[in-house]
Amino acid sequence: MHRIDCPWCGVRDEAEFQYGGDATVDPAPISTDADNAYRAVYLRCNPMGWHLEWWHHVSGCRRFVKVLRHTASHEIAATGYPGEELEVPQ
Amino acid sequence: MRYSALQLLRQGLNGHRGWPRMWRNPEPRRSYDVVIIGGGGHGLAAAYYLASQHGITNVAVVEKGWIGGGNVGRNTTIIRSNYMLGPNIRFYEHSMKLWEGLEQELNFNVMVSQRGVLNLYHSDGQRDAFARRGNAMRLAGVDAELLDANEVRRLVPQLDFENARFPIQGGLLQPRGGTVRHDAVAWGYARAADALGVDVIQNCEVTGILTEGNRVVGVETSRGRIRAGKVGSAVAGNTTRIADMIGLALPIESHVLQAFVTEGIKPLINTVVTFGAGHFYMSQSDKGGLVFGGDLDGYNSYAQRGNLPAMEHVMAGGMAILPVLGRLRLLRHWGGIMDMTMDGSPVITRTRVDGFYLNGGWCYGGFKATPASGWCFAHTIANDREHPLCEAFSLERFRTGGLLDEKGVGPNPWIQ
Repeated sequence: MHRIDCPWCGVRDEAEFQYGGDATVDPAPISTDADNAYRAVYLRCNPMGWHLEWWHHVSGCRRFVKVLRHTASHEIAATGYPGEELEVPQ
Repeated sequence: MRYSALQLLRQGLNGHRGWPRMWRNPEPRRSYDVVIIGGGGHGLAAAYYLASQHGITNVAVVEKGWIGGGNVGRNTTIIRSNYMLGPNIRFYEHSMKLWEGLEQELNFNVMVSQRGVLNLYHSDGQRDAFARRGNAMRLAGVDAELLDANEVRRLVPQLDFENARFPIQGGLLQPRGGTVRHDAVAWGYARAADALGVDVIQNCEVTGILTEGNRVVGVETSRGRIRAGKVGSAVAGNTTRIADMIGLALPIESHVLQAFVTEGIKPLINTVVTFGAGHFYMSQSDKGGLVFGGDLDGYNSYAQRGNLPAMEHVMAGGMAILPVLGRLRLLRHWGGIMDMTMDGSPVITRTRVDGFYLNGGWCYGGFKATPASGWCFAHTIANDREHPLCEAFSLERFRTGGLLDEKGVGPNPWIQ
């Protein structure tokens, strides 16, 4: 069970959250370049290691939390506000 | 050694001490015509069909763990071809036909059991959607029968038909669907490929792909460098890790999916049943355990183990159609890593690197696809051109819009 430290509500169980995927994806710039759209819609980081991702606290404060989580150990190194930069542990 | 009833009798009289190893345990050679990365069902099937259909026998299958230890031994063993979109129906029906002849082909008892796959529906709208899918299947020559509640009751009387929230109105049955003993599939293909000269190399992890210019020339492994004319990747949940080695960005995420088995009981259900108002699928193994699964855990993972919220969700789905499940003890549960594509359909294709071929993105549906996946992948590698049955499974479809979105949930793999 993941325990996610919501910056607004404190440490809460995974069951209160809905996963929101890769937090490094930028929205496609407004242009006619199909490649930009392809990258924004379909390409994701998929590392075996530290992964920056969104979790929506849907059964809590309903805000989006940024989470730095390890995809092999499921360890959570840091959580923060959407605009926050999270440091990858050494 | 050819397996037969006579051979069984002869070995039995000998105390079963004379059975040979099913496949050799070779050291990797310096070079091969083709190296397949991943000794799961798809990789072994591809190697077998390369040898048997295309006469290419100088082939190695390199596997980081042991044969049967990956997703081929972690799924819920269901086979079916009850899809709606044309390319999917044709591909999975080819797979079904290969399953139907697989035991004779491989001379190995993989226990193909065509006990039927029954998708339950719980509303008028869902009945109409199932009727449409059944019609699409029948137009493609696949068997499908739309059953009402009474017909389902005759087939599986133990279900909770009067469930207050999700009463069972009927089901879409594919009689030729069913189950197959999954690890026997891996063993059967490994043995048959080995007999044709393929080297099945276990405990050999690929750590890099060797290229010269735009051409692949081999792989770097934990047991040394292996040169190869062509390299095919069939590595289930680790597809993007292999693709990263040659700088190929893929529209794929890795997610964990759990499966469960209860203690063994007397015969309870004699078909595969799926819940239509949630995501839950179940069959009963020959040992008597109820084997079932449901949704992904719902976050990127390479952990091969799941978490409790997903487990509770799956159990709730099971209890909604089969309340007797609550009296059973859970024996085991485990996780496997799915490579989830952004439209829920797989990829079998050449790549922009010459001589490097990709087989992946099987999402939940890899096991039933095993024979056809190997068949099409072998054809693609041997001819350097996609088999007609897998032309739609290209990477280009994400750029051109030719998606195969059977569920239509958008590019969010964790809710597929």
